[in-house]
Amino acid sequence: MGVGSFFTSKLDEAIGWARKYSIFQYPFVTACCGMEYMATACSHYDVDRFGAGLPRFSPRQADVLFVVGTISHKMAPVLKRIYDQMTEPKWVVAFGVCTCTGGFYDNYATVMGIDTIIPVDVYIPGCPPRPESVLDGLMKLQDKIAAGAQRY
Amino acid sequence: MEGAAILDRLRARFGAAVAETHAHRGDHTAVVEREAIVDVLQFCRDDAELRFDMLSDLTAVDFLKFPGREDGPRFEVVYHLYSLPHGHRVRLKVRVDEDDPVVPTAVPVWPIANWLEREVWDMFGIRFDGHPDLRRLLMYEQFVGHPLRKDYPINRRQPLIGPKA
Repeated sequence: MGVGSFFTSKLDEAIGWARKYSIFQYPFVTACCGMEYMATACSHYDVDRFGAGLPRFSPRQADVLFVVGTISHKMAPVLKRIYDQMTEPKWVVAFGVCTCTGGFYDNYATVMGIDTIIPVDVYIPGCPPRPESVLDGLMKLQDKIAAGAQRY
Repeated sequence: MEGAAILDRLRARFGAAVAETHAHRGDHTAVVEREAIVDVLQFCRDDAELRFDMLSDLTAVDFLKFPGREDGPRFEVVYHLYSLPHGHRVRLKVRVDEDDPVVPTAVPVWPIANWLEREVWDMFGIRFDGHPDLRRLLMYEQFVGHPLRKDYPINRRQPLIGPKA
């Protein structure tokens, strides 16, 4: 039993290591932050270096939900459904200040931070965030994935 | 046709139903009685001299607490017309009271009025009598109130809606 538990913990680490370099993302792009997301994803900044080079446009094939851009109240149920459709394990990145807190939108139409709807793993503030800060957020997410921190 | 001539033609045809006209920096405006608005719009579209075949915009203004307009009718519904054959424009307005915020629909004259009137209903709470499908356009069905009214609290938060709520 002691040997088994030893082996299990090492397997978790191996799985975490493999997972953090095969991030299949779902870009939920609703607004201007999408341009910065594209800049990050393209060759100049090249998220493929971090194993996140393949966006999947089906939530069922994705590991990480990138919420990129302002979420309005009318869009909120769509975002929730997309999150529910993703298979475990799954992580969420709030990309840009609108998704983190609502940003400078303080009105009837905008959701004040997507964490009022779905759980968020990494917040990347900025309006829009520089690609460097996106990559920093991605590496923080990798650390989190490698540590096996996730919700089932 | 010149803007002033357009207004003259409307006054000549509809008399007292055109309550007021003015021009500001080349933009010509006629304020029309609510009961006559559909007839005026129809005339603007079909008259050979006017031929306003395009409704560029239909929107509304809330004059609550507007200096000089505190007592008057609270809303104005605004129609912007453009004529592709003649290249001229005119603006029509209908004043609407807060107690009776209803305007006859322009959908039979221009089908594009359908969504524009739905937006005005959604944002200002002005109903359009005879509209075929007067639902909210931008906000969701569970939303309470009309956010572009000046007395809508700027910080009011409404409950989030779920996928099946």
